Amino acid sequence: MTRQTAASDIRHPGLNLGEPHKEAHTANEELAFGFWVFMMSDLIVFGLLFATYATMLGGTAGGPGPSDVLELKGPFIETMLLLASSFTFGMASLALKYEQGKLRLIGWLLITLLLGLGFIAHELMDFQSMFSKGGVPSRSGFLSAFFSLVPLHGLHVTAACLWMLAILGQMAVYGVDTSVKTGLMRLAILWHFLDIVWIGIFSVVYLGGLSG
Amino acid sequence: MTTRQTTGNEASPEDRAQAQRREFRSYVIGGVLALILTLIPFALVAFTHLPAIATWIVIGECAIIQVVVHFRFFLHITLARNTREDLQLILFTFLILLIMVGGTLWILFNLYYRMMPDMVP
Repeated sequence: MTRQTAASDIRHPGLNLGEPHKEAHTANEELAFGFWVFMMSDLIVFGLLFATYATMLGGTAGGPGPSDVLELKGPFIETMLLLASSFTFGMASLALKYEQGKLRLIGWLLITLLLGLGFIAHELMDFQSMFSKGGVPSRSGFLSAFFSLVPLHGLHVTAACLWMLAILGQMAVYGVDTSVKTGLMRLAILWHFLDIVWIGIFSVVYLGGLSG
Repeated sequence: MTTRQTTGNEASPEDRAQAQRREFRSYVIGGVLALILTLIPFALVAFTHLPAIATWIVIGECAIIQVVVHFRFFLHITLARNTREDLQLILFTFLILLIMVGGTLWILFNLYYRMMPDMVP
């Protein structure tokens, strides 16, 4: 190894913290790869729930179908919130990597958290409106498949928000130490990954269901 | 090993400032592309009345491109040599998905077609 600059010193997939964060950067090599393996197994769970949803599209059992219970406005707001949160998490990652100060890091993380919570709140309102139209999980195979897929993603976002709160607490007590840095790097992978799953949900479930 | 080889080879502050600008730009480009690729299918469904098949094709294409954009600009998965192993992990996962999801759809829709025509949406 003759020359090793920060740019080429890439240890794991995704954003690398690089040389100034030597300890976290080294620790992250295994942690990030392991987390990617978990993320990919999660992707298979979602993929199969998408397949289940597609096979259940015709199984409305005389109950409401996609165009009867789904709306476009709610998912559009949720999509924008999640996309914005993915971008602000990117800004938080950069604030961490380039040591732009703790305030800036916490600020971006709090904005991301609020956008995530806004997403969950809007999704719950959507489900509420579905319930009021008779779209309950036990009504038909189609609705069971819908409520296996979409709320599972919502639960993931909820878990990610709780994880974010835990890391913020950790940061308040211990400062931005190695475990906070590696934790944030993994949470970033989860956050961006959940946005990718949401692309599938708004495309297949909402846009696909409403344009038929 | 690369882990012990970094002393004396740290990137200069200018290199790092340049990398910072480059990575910030990457997030902005990713954000703008993702926004456009989201707005196209939503606008199509909300404001136009194309045939369903045409709409589905555009929705599908935008979704696939947006997934690639997210992987490239937000998760930084590239074709660079030093991230090849992880790209292989992701590509293998997509192969497994293709087999399981494709197989499920093929078998069940074939079954519906033959035995339960009502289930074909």
